[in-house]
Amino acid sequence: MSKLLRLSVSPHIHSGRSTSAIMRDVIIALLPATIAGTIIFGWRSLLVLATCVLSCVLFEALFNLIAKKDQTVSDLSAALTGLLLGLNLPANLPLWQCVFGCAFAILLVKCIFGGIGCNLVNPAITARVFMLIAFSSLTKQAFPVIVDTASTATPLAQMADTEAAMPALSDLFLGTTGGAIGETCALALLIGFVYLLVRRVITWHIPVTFVASVFILSFFFEGFDAVRALAAILSGGLLIAAIFMATDYVTSPATAWGKVIFGVGAGIFTVLIRYYGVYPEGVSFGILIMNILTPYIEKWTAHKVFGGTKA
Amino acid sequence: MSFLSGIRVPHRKNTEGQTATRITEVPSVSIPMQMHIGAPAKPIVKVGDLVKVGTPIAEAGGFVSAPIHASVSGKVVKIADMMTSGGSTVPAVTIESDGEMTPDENLAPPVVNSREELIEAIKQSGIVGLGGAGFPTHVKFNVDPARIEELIINGAECEPYITCDSLAMTSRVDDIETALRALQTHLGIKKIIVGIEANKKAAIASMKELAARIDGMEIKVLPSIYPQGGEKVLVYHTTKKVIPNGKLPIDVGCIVSNCTTIAAIGAYLKTGMPLVEKCITVDGGAVSKPQNVIVPIGTSLEQVFSFCGGFSSEPEKVLYGGPMMGVAVPALDVPVMKQTNAILALTAKEARLPKTTACIRCGSCTNVCPFGLAPASILLAYKKKDVELLEELAVTSCMECGCCSFVCPANRPLVQTNKLSKILIKEEKAKEAKKHE
Repeated sequence: MSKLLRLSVSPHIHSGRSTSAIMRDVIIALLPATIAGTIIFGWRSLLVLATCVLSCVLFEALFNLIAKKDQTVSDLSAALTGLLLGLNLPANLPLWQCVFGCAFAILLVKCIFGGIGCNLVNPAITARVFMLIAFSSLTKQAFPVIVDTASTATPLAQMADTEAAMPALSDLFLGTTGGAIGETCALALLIGFVYLLVRRVITWHIPVTFVASVFILSFFFEGFDAVRALAAILSGGLLIAAIFMATDYVTSPATAWGKVIFGVGAGIFTVLIRYYGVYPEGVSFGILIMNILTPYIEKWTAHKVFGGTKA
Repeated sequence: MSFLSGIRVPHRKNTEGQTATRITEVPSVSIPMQMHIGAPAKPIVKVGDLVKVGTPIAEAGGFVSAPIHASVSGKVVKIADMMTSGGSTVPAVTIESDGEMTPDENLAPPVVNSREELIEAIKQSGIVGLGGAGFPTHVKFNVDPARIEELIINGAECEPYITCDSLAMTSRVDDIETALRALQTHLGIKKIIVGIEANKKAAIASMKELAARIDGMEIKVLPSIYPQGGEKVLVYHTTKKVIPNGKLPIDVGCIVSNCTTIAAIGAYLKTGMPLVEKCITVDGGAVSKPQNVIVPIGTSLEQVFSFCGGFSSEPEKVLYGGPMMGVAVPALDVPVMKQTNAILALTAKEARLPKTTACIRCGSCTNVCPFGLAPASILLAYKKKDVELLEELAVTSCMECGCCSFVCPANRPLVQTNKLSKILIKEEKAKEAKKHE
């Protein structure tokens, strides 16, 4: 018998796609928002982001070490959670609160449920909701350092007060308004969206249906005022959440119709909470609710098996 | 027209447009008695017998089986068990070539004047499904002619590297024409559809020319999306008919046959020379001179590779067939068989598979599955050995095309688990049946 060769079951080639490559693409897609946030809110943004990324990676590494699990930080998902959470926090947040939020996201939401792929809800979103409730400082948003802003409230708070002047749409688009580091600059977020679509990391379904349903509902709530409805989708954390957080594979449906239901559902809850809730922003809650419903949505929208299931 | 999903695979058709070289100088051939689906053939020669090219050396071992013929002239030197790539053992007849390649003088074109004579001729030719499956062709065509609505010719050739089917469609037009006319005359086939992927321009042109001469024949150009050549996929894309899970194409009025199989039928009808040689694609990064070659069945892979200039680098994996569904062989001493359409020697780089990590529920596996199965869920059900859930997830309908594993960013063993799940279901059913006895 001649030299033995390697044996394995087909297929013998692979697309080359990997979890870390996907995570890296999402991180790249967040770079425009990171840069814009740093320009708008100053150098302390970078401090917040670095703290979040480092602590998320560190917490996951430590957990794996203590729990004697395979090290998973190289898949970049912990770094991505840190970056996303950081971009959803105001630049002036005390750093110890950032670390606390990261511990919550990584340890309580992700690791103890079994690590990547096993969490029921999105770590960054859940940590943000937790911090919103736990720390009052989160509701005191930071304001841009590059413009001489006269306003004292975030766009959403401004809009809630119907007497106040509307924020200019151009400010909302460029992000020169109050808010979290990465959420204000719509332009940067849209560049990231296009990148993710081109790289086929995500599909359009969730972001488009999410934002469209918020627009349509806001249009009704704002007395059929298209400009105010447009302001509604450009303010708050809607775009960053719809593009980067609602599309998290683990906690959103895999099927196209499932994604549509998820997007529309998140949009409805967002608007209801915005207009009737205690908190000015409903995006995180909207996604959280849909995260919990995801297994059911997937079941309802499962692909029909070609040729039927009966053998 | 809606299409089933699938994937874009790298084509790597390096041998496209080349003609095939015939290899005749083979010192010996080892012909396994199982080169088809069904019962193994029974050897009818003994050690020491002299045979010529085309001499029958084994008869069909059952209804679903096929006879086998000598592929070289010379002496039978050994009849012994050989290990198949699947790990089982099967007898093989080894013939030492006298170097003459003398054809058997008893061979003559078959006299075909009826349906029965045509089926019998196909049976005597030893032809089986040459696309890879190896289902005995005479069994496939032996159905009530009234049930046949369409004959679908599979010219999709969707696996990377392989080009021998395209070559058959451009260089064996006469053989294909002879076979189609005989099938039309004696089986009453009204409609013939050839399904070819859009990237095979020469094959499309050549078949279109033929279609102009044959009534009821048409060419369907299909997107170059793997697995276009999967039987159920091809039937759906050419006729819009859905074959139910567990059923055959004939249940929806279709017979699907590979274009090379059809050409082989034509060649037999014209010359009476049974299936003794095979045109295969020899390719892969480790091969010095990738090319299509026509080799006597039973030639060892080692011989074929050395004819193609040997290896330019150490092969990591050697396959029968394409990289998506092909079977890895343990060593180079295994033979080219009837249903072999390619032998590939992949370098370590080509055959490199990423590390398996945790499922991130991206849904790629279910979104690329042509049949809409949910491989990630099947894997979980298999781990729990939940047979009921596996059946509910319709894993039995999986054609094992491997799209799910190909795209999985965590490189999870998805199609591999589907295969295991099918075996598990079979075993459980056998156990149940035993209990009831």
